[in-house]
Amino acid sequence: MNRLNINKKWDYSDALEATDHIILKEKYDLFINGEFVKPNSEKYFDTINPATDEIIARVAGANKKDVDFAVDSARRAFKSWSKIKAKDRGKYIFRIARMIQERAKEFAVIESMDGGKPIRESRDIDIPLAANHFFYYAGWADKIEYAFPNKTPKPLGVAGQIIPWNFPLLMAAWKIAPAIACGNTVVLKPAETTSLTALKLAEIIQESGLPKGVVNIVTGAGQTGAEIVNHPDVNKIAFTGSTAVGKLIERSLAGIEKKTTLELGGKGANIIFEDAAIDQAVEGIINAIFLNQGHVCCAGSRLFIQESIVNTVIEKLKDRMSSLVVGDPLDKNTDIGAINSKEQLATINKYIQIGKQEGGEIYQSKCNIPKKGNWCPPTLFLNVSQSHAIVQEEIFGPVLTIQTFRTINEVIEKANNTPFGLSAGVWTEKGSKIFKLTQALNAGVVWANTYNKFDPASPFGGFKESGIGREGGLHGLKAYLKFE
Amino acid sequence: MTRINVLKTYKIFIGGKFPRTESGRYFDVKNKKGKLLANMCLSSRKDFRNAVVAARKAQKKWQSTSALNKGQILYRIAEILEGRKAQFIDELMMTGSSRKQSKVEVELSIDRLIYYAGWSDKFQQIFSSVNPVASNHFNFSTLQPMGVIAVISPNDFPLLGLISVVAPLIVGGNSCVILSSEKNPMVSISFAEVINTSDVPHGVLNILTGKRKELITHFASHKDVNSIIYCGNNNEEIKNIEKISAENLKRVKIYKRTNWDSQDSQSPYFIEKFQEIKTTWHPAQV
Repeated sequence: MNRLNINKKWDYSDALEATDHIILKEKYDLFINGEFVKPNSEKYFDTINPATDEIIARVAGANKKDVDFAVDSARRAFKSWSKIKAKDRGKYIFRIARMIQERAKEFAVIESMDGGKPIRESRDIDIPLAANHFFYYAGWADKIEYAFPNKTPKPLGVAGQIIPWNFPLLMAAWKIAPAIACGNTVVLKPAETTSLTALKLAEIIQESGLPKGVVNIVTGAGQTGAEIVNHPDVNKIAFTGSTAVGKLIERSLAGIEKKTTLELGGKGANIIFEDAAIDQAVEGIINAIFLNQGHVCCAGSRLFIQESIVNTVIEKLKDRMSSLVVGDPLDKNTDIGAINSKEQLATINKYIQIGKQEGGEIYQSKCNIPKKGNWCPPTLFLNVSQSHAIVQEEIFGPVLTIQTFRTINEVIEKANNTPFGLSAGVWTEKGSKIFKLTQALNAGVVWANTYNKFDPASPFGGFKESGIGREGGLHGLKAYLKFE
Repeated sequence: MTRINVLKTYKIFIGGKFPRTESGRYFDVKNKKGKLLANMCLSSRKDFRNAVVAARKAQKKWQSTSALNKGQILYRIAEILEGRKAQFIDELMMTGSSRKQSKVEVELSIDRLIYYAGWSDKFQQIFSSVNPVASNHFNFSTLQPMGVIAVISPNDFPLLGLISVVAPLIVGGNSCVILSSEKNPMVSISFAEVINTSDVPHGVLNILTGKRKELITHFASHKDVNSIIYCGNNNEEIKNIEKISAENLKRVKIYKRTNWDSQDSQSPYFIEKFQEIKTTWHPAQV
């Protein structure tokens, strides 16, 4: 077998992204009714660079009164925003898309500083996709009736939106763009550890001239989110995050007519057949689990290898893993950045311990890990089965479990044997096998001979306990409309 | 001398068979004058669980049955029902509907089945999409049935209500377990006889009779049920269902409408509600 020859000298020079053009305020206030306002709580919390442990800014913690103010502003704005010409709504959103593009580099750097993801990803994936998302939904604003034959769609009102820390700006775009295109107004809460790009987006929104109160951004922890969820004047909750919190939200809204969409956890099956293009597949498997340190709800975290190629694939995977660069997120050579928070690192390490205790055989690539910050080397587990916790539960880190199979029906059974249903991957060069699998896998997104691709035109969302509803594409409009 | 009528024993319908409830319990249905019409099975949690097993077993194959074939089977149900119109009109009249009302209900039921039979190979075309992504991939979104659906069917229009709710589910490839109208359950079991002679695979439709109060919690808590439909207006029951269903994120749909005889009680959107969108990506570059 051709092995990667990485044993000889194979160092990269540093290729650090400059940060001298980044201007961060010491303290960030809440963005309500078109203005940055001090929080009623008078409280601010630190936001930390997970690669250096340094505090990079302080962010306001919104309390109930702040949320009330934000919802109230959104409600007042809704009256006119839902009535203005649809094409004008579109024009504002186009503006926002353009302004993100203009400031893309700045956003990418801040995203990597605040969240720990490699600059290569924030620059090439997160920020461009966020801008494209606004661009896509801007165009829908005056065409919505074409999406729902024989129906008269109407906006819902005030949408409360709560987003996670893994794709901070991108998730804000996924939430805000379709909501306001459909004529709703928004109260958005970014994740506690990654508020900065949302607040930068607030600057853009202010500069874009978007009418006051159409988008309000309140920062804070879980309690702030709960205030939004339970606010009686919020008509819609859109949440992306863990399945546990998603269920909590559903329970607390039982009996209340508040529309919800949930994008929750996953445990994506990635299936490689003996007739796959092996090298491409290995590259895809690496991308499926190690993109964004594995902090991806649709990560391909369960690998299934057909028995006849097990040894080859595992060897190639280990080879490829050893060439991944773990380190400074702002270095353009970096493949795997910092784990987003100390809490998340503890969760990942807990699962690694459980995996070992349950008899899994661990392999971690040897890499130079920086002294400060939160890091986890790329990890895989062999010798695990369906009943292992690390096979059943979402780890949300760079940890891949590997199982084997012989027949198609066997692997379909195993892949579907999970309460989740967000994503799956199939690797084979045989077309009929692709369609057999993509039809049989119970997942909202299926990647065949590719993985972890996203696009504003492409609906995203889960079956079963991975969520309710879709975001993106034509189908993503429905989440923000009612039909009388 | 007048002939002694043969009375019918109403049982329940699980996996293509007509068992009695395992609990051995019953409840009675009387006409307006208080005369006993039938002793119905008072279904238990165990009956429901058995029905879910049957529904799950049938669902996968039903999902992969061709759209053409599914449409023809729905049409077949309508055909058989048409042939038994008189029986259903009589049965509805026994429980208080006028002849005119009964006739309208049965005829609308037949027409509704045909309406959905016709959607079978079309709704996918209405709701699917090819998505023009920016990268070099072929990307499309299609519908896939949710799976097993628990149905608390309407109390009003015991035949038309049930058919209006259930026809769009099964034409979409779902299987279901139905709790029939509590007020007027007899006609649902007669309908099961129609289903059973209409080439509907065993287990696709399962019908229980019993009490909402007793069964709702079990319907909502079962882990192998993907979605639940509640027809009614009892806010406490709705809240209870929504709360319990969160445990496995069942898709909860509430139908508060009672006007099942109206034209807007049928549309392809009733099918779409019980479909998941699946998006598939493939590189389009060698």
